Amino acid sequence: MALARVNAVIVGAGAAGGIVAKELAEAGLTVVLLERGKWYTAFDCRKDDLRNQRTSLLGCSFGPDDDRYRRVVVGPDGQERIVAPSEGAYNNNAACVGGGTFSYGAMGWRYLEKDFRMRSTYGAVAGSTLEDWPISYQDLEPYYTKAEWEIGVSGDDTKNIFKGPRSRPLPMPPPPPSREHLILKAAAERLKLHAFDIPMLRNTVQYNGRGACMRCRWCVGFACEVDAKCGTHNTVIPRALKTGNCTLRTECVAKEILTNGQGWVTGVAYFDERGRLQEQPADLVVVSASATETPRLLLNSRSRLFPNGLGNRYDWVGRNLQGHAYSGAYGLMETDTYDDLGPGASIAICDYNHGNPGLVGGAMLCNEFIRLPIQFAMLRPPGVPRWGAAHKDFMRHFFNRCIAVHGPVQEMPVFDSRVQVDPRVVDGWGIPVARLSGARHPQDLEVANYISGKAAAWLKEAGAITTWPKLPGQGLSGGQHQAGTCRMGNDPRASVVNRYCQVHDMANLFVVDGSVHVTNGGFNPALTIMAVAYMASEHIVQTWKGTRMRG
Amino acid sequence: MQVAVVGAAAGPIVSCVGTSNPWRCLIEDEARTLEALVDRIIPADQDPGAAWAGVANFIDRQLVGPYRRLQKTYRQGLTGTNETSAAMFGKRFPALSREQQDEVLRALESGQVSGKSWKQLPAKQFFDLLVSHTMQGFYGDPRHGGNRERVSWKMLRLPFPPVRGRMQDDLTKTS
Repeated sequence: MALARVNAVIVGAGAAGGIVAKELAEAGLTVVLLERGKWYTAFDCRKDDLRNQRTSLLGCSFGPDDDRYRRVVVGPDGQERIVAPSEGAYNNNAACVGGGTFSYGAMGWRYLEKDFRMRSTYGAVAGSTLEDWPISYQDLEPYYTKAEWEIGVSGDDTKNIFKGPRSRPLPMPPPPPSREHLILKAAAERLKLHAFDIPMLRNTVQYNGRGACMRCRWCVGFACEVDAKCGTHNTVIPRALKTGNCTLRTECVAKEILTNGQGWVTGVAYFDERGRLQEQPADLVVVSASATETPRLLLNSRSRLFPNGLGNRYDWVGRNLQGHAYSGAYGLMETDTYDDLGPGASIAICDYNHGNPGLVGGAMLCNEFIRLPIQFAMLRPPGVPRWGAAHKDFMRHFFNRCIAVHGPVQEMPVFDSRVQVDPRVVDGWGIPVARLSGARHPQDLEVANYISGKAAAWLKEAGAITTWPKLPGQGLSGGQHQAGTCRMGNDPRASVVNRYCQVHDMANLFVVDGSVHVTNGGFNPALTIMAVAYMASEHIVQTWKGTRMRG
Repeated sequence: MQVAVVGAAAGPIVSCVGTSNPWRCLIEDEARTLEALVDRIIPADQDPGAAWAGVANFIDRQLVGPYRRLQKTYRQGLTGTNETSAAMFGKRFPALSREQQDEVLRALESGQVSGKSWKQLPAKQFFDLLVSHTMQGFYGDPRHGGNRERVSWKMLRLPFPPVRGRMQDDLTKTS
């Protein structure tokens, strides 16, 4: 039986979905926000180093669970494997209200101007679908600013000479520097690099009615115990609910998007928290389920008119899956550098994002978040045995004397790195699961090598007695930075949505999340996902006022 | 068949053995072998080793929890270790000298072992798993049954008690 009709259904209460819900609800539309996970709060912070979203050895603390979720991953050798969310190959992102923003490290980066014009800057790259965004940095700037002020960003990028112009400074100052920060800052100055304080979606002062970061060591992968990390769960989603126009339904798993005989979207079918199939009719549908789950839902929504799924007339849905080819170096120091001041990551440079000789793109470089003992136990320089007395000695001697510098290498989009739906395997609700296949572009590994060398040089200048590289593998990339699978573009034959995140040829269906990113920058993508969500929401609200989007 | 995987194996979580055994999954004999193994992976020196830290307890506990899919792997691996020990030195693993135990471990690590248990389970695969789980039990949070008295965290000079916020004491919120 169908539920009462609403103006909009949004699938996914993450970085983008939460913002769209708030913008639409405040504009007077009635909204149902569907979220497959639960609504956790700061009280759910367990500080469990073996069970969290970063080190999910004993499971993911904020979902999805290993019992009901699975994916099929096809290796480079063609071997298929069924993987659970706690395994790396699943390429997981949290399933809860706030999505990844509930437990992320909370870097709040703006992409650079060139990141939106990769094709114009570098030309065509063989084996890649590299393209410009249909929007520019300038188009997105007002929405970056809105995200920084509404969600809350601290930091200081005035020393970053590579950044695009900003209309407003960041609302909060950076936290006081840690010991590691000071060491790296001095070294960067000697190397004539332009180091600055990372913009973070984290309160460093009282802001938005919540307190400041208390500098604990459990940050990335964990819930913030004092609610100082800013996500959609503690900013825009409560505001959406406060309007009275938005209903949040948790533990609801979308099955398919419903369409009628005229090709209009009519609502969403989903399984509710008790496993009952429900149909929610709506005037428009926004899919904000992440770059893996969004294409899965579109591809699972097949009908006579759309035999290949929605938005997929030209076979672009699920293509160009990108994450980041993280690359960098570890350095061992002579004296203690660890001072137990979280979150750890605090200083960055953008000197190597572009203009690297002979290479396309690059990466921001920054120091790593705090490495908990179990995380430190999983890395070691070449020559140190991985077990026995020597390994224990290494742990004891260097745990407090190791600095890691790394960065997210911008990946070249590859048409055959993709999300499909598996023809056989289904999840706990009987819905066909995502099937991931493909590999990184060889160029990514070249850039990664180069970036790793730059990281090592920074560490050596900082006094490292030994450095060793951290390099990505050739395998498929997605993970928490997953993007690209429903590309934004002006040409309906070579993209899935237009510049307003509206699916080509479908007036009342929108994709708003990392899926629309044409390229994924050399940065953590959260703030860009948020800015695009604000921009798309504005368009939806304006269009709504004229047409009400009914077929 | 492929569909059934992850959840199906779960069922009600029960111990695999009788109630007189203090271990949850392992039998006494297996547990002794496991303790001896983990204590060579992280041996005692000026700081306690993995056996004292309760790493075998950690592994045993996860084998009826998140690692229940690995019960058979551990059974085969522990049996195989004793077979290899017997083939190399004529005794079961816990009875060997430390030097002999390290030699057996190096044999497992390199995969240069024979014995019928290793036909189904490559020795190297078991060894990789064992090293990884030993690290988790020793350096991970004590709440999971290892890292007794935060022994590894003390060894690493991690400040304790850690910084904690005050939200968990907020009594103005209900439920």
